[in-house]
Amino acid sequence: MNATRIVGIAAFALILAGHASAAELADAPPGALSCSGCHSTAPAVDTAVPRLIGRNSADIVAAMQAFKTGQPPSTVMERIAKGFSEDEVKAIAAWYGAQKD
Amino acid sequence: MTRTNRREFLKAAAAGAALLPLPAIAQGAGARVVVVGGGFGGATCARFIKRIDPRINVTLVEANRTFIACPYSNTVIAGLRDLAAQQFGYDKLATDQVAVQFSPATGIDPQRRTVTLGNGTEHAYDRLVLSPGIDIRWSALPGYTETAAERMPHAWRAGEQTLLLRRQLEAMEDGGTVVISAPANPFRCPPGPYERASLIAYYLKTKKPKSKLIILDAKDAFSKQRLFENAWKALYPNLEWVSLSKGGKVTSVDVGAMTLVTDFDRHKADVANVIPPQKGGRIADIAAVADRTGWCPIDPASFESKLQPNIHVIGDASIAGAMPKSAFSANAQAKVCAAAVAKLVAGSTPDEPRLINTCYSLVAPDYGISIEGVYRPADGQIKEVEGTAGVSPLDAPNATRALEATFANDWFKTITTEVFG
Repeated sequence: MNATRIVGIAAFALILAGHASAAELADAPPGALSCSGCHSTAPAVDTAVPRLIGRNSADIVAAMQAFKTGQPPSTVMERIAKGFSEDEVKAIAAWYGAQKD
Repeated sequence: MTRTNRREFLKAAAAGAALLPLPAIAQGAGARVVVVGGGFGGATCARFIKRIDPRINVTLVEANRTFIACPYSNTVIAGLRDLAAQQFGYDKLATDQVAVQFSPATGIDPQRRTVTLGNGTEHAYDRLVLSPGIDIRWSALPGYTETAAERMPHAWRAGEQTLLLRRQLEAMEDGGTVVISAPANPFRCPPGPYERASLIAYYLKTKKPKSKLIILDAKDAFSKQRLFENAWKALYPNLEWVSLSKGGKVTSVDVGAMTLVTDFDRHKADVANVIPPQKGGRIADIAAVADRTGWCPIDPASFESKLQPNIHVIGDASIAGAMPKSAFSANAQAKVCAAAVAKLVAGSTPDEPRLINTCYSLVAPDYGISIEGVYRPADGQIKEVEGTAGVSPLDAPNATRALEATFANDWFKTITTEVFG
């Protein structure tokens, strides 16, 4: 019993030490993980689609509000933005804004 | 770990949790998850389960060491890209501590919660995720057998079939006729037959301009239809679409005569691409998670099968309501399913998810169009969030089409990096 408990604690310590992103992933607000289909989380990917990780969350919220109004014109983002309430957008923006590469 | 040992371990973990914060996560320690199928759904799901809770033991079961992506494979058929650009390996999953078993899953015992592989090993699971993609319904279109597919390729699972169709187009004389048979709904990649027709038409226009292309369709409507039709009118006068109500449904094929038969006509082809009726991958039948349609009903929040507890189905094989059978959908579903599985093995309830799908099609190398939607569970199904589903504008300038072609390429780079990179 003692031995298994030590294993359990060791595993827990491992999470605290090296896997902070696990807690972040577990806390991802609804919809946030879908974004990375187009908005890469990997720094090595060079595309025309802006990355969201580490971006100022207020800027993400402002961009999503602008997309909803259709100004500036976008391709897919106008309709995707309409799928999320202001609070939901704020949660997603805060989550991406808090992450670092 | 035996079942008894595991119970003791969980008890110990729970006892440890009394001394530490985050008791729910501590309960998930040592749980075993097996994921079958290493495509856009399965490989994503395996990695994200491990990333969300590194203590869960995750095994990915995949028959092939190299994955060949279907999205963008129409550009390979049209000679615009090499198949190598569609190929990906599983090395990075191993560095994520996902145990990868390169062997087909041959048996599933939902009572004992075990998966048996072709290599003879047996893997116990607490939760099983199936992401098997599609299988061809070989019996559904009379005359279209596995042997027939060597002469009339489907190229609907990328690989040798993709190259076969490309070689046939390259070997065809200028002035030949290409016939594509498109199936009734539902099937993998709803805009796929029409993107393929467009890119083959592009190949013919640039290399064999006296040739023509006919799409025989078992439907009267299809994804991004007006966008495709407008583009065809402008770019490809030699492309003809025959709808269901105009007699387009192929009722049998005669491989020896290279002929596709409809109720009203016989279409002789120099190159025939038969996109046949489909169903969820074979393992869905073995696990008894497919219903009489051949596809798998699921809970819209967790993707857990409605027919078998503790088994989840994602991607093309699932009945995901309003979400199309696309790689983007499979990837988005995989992440929702991973979060749900991590919660369930820890004894908590999955959150209500929100999902997105975005699908690009190329009408020409510099002409992209898109469809997208946002989805959520409602009334036990996955439904579109009202006002979010739509396609590119019909009257967009060339610059917008070129931009969407760039975004299509960007999407492929981004998603394949997330799944395999």
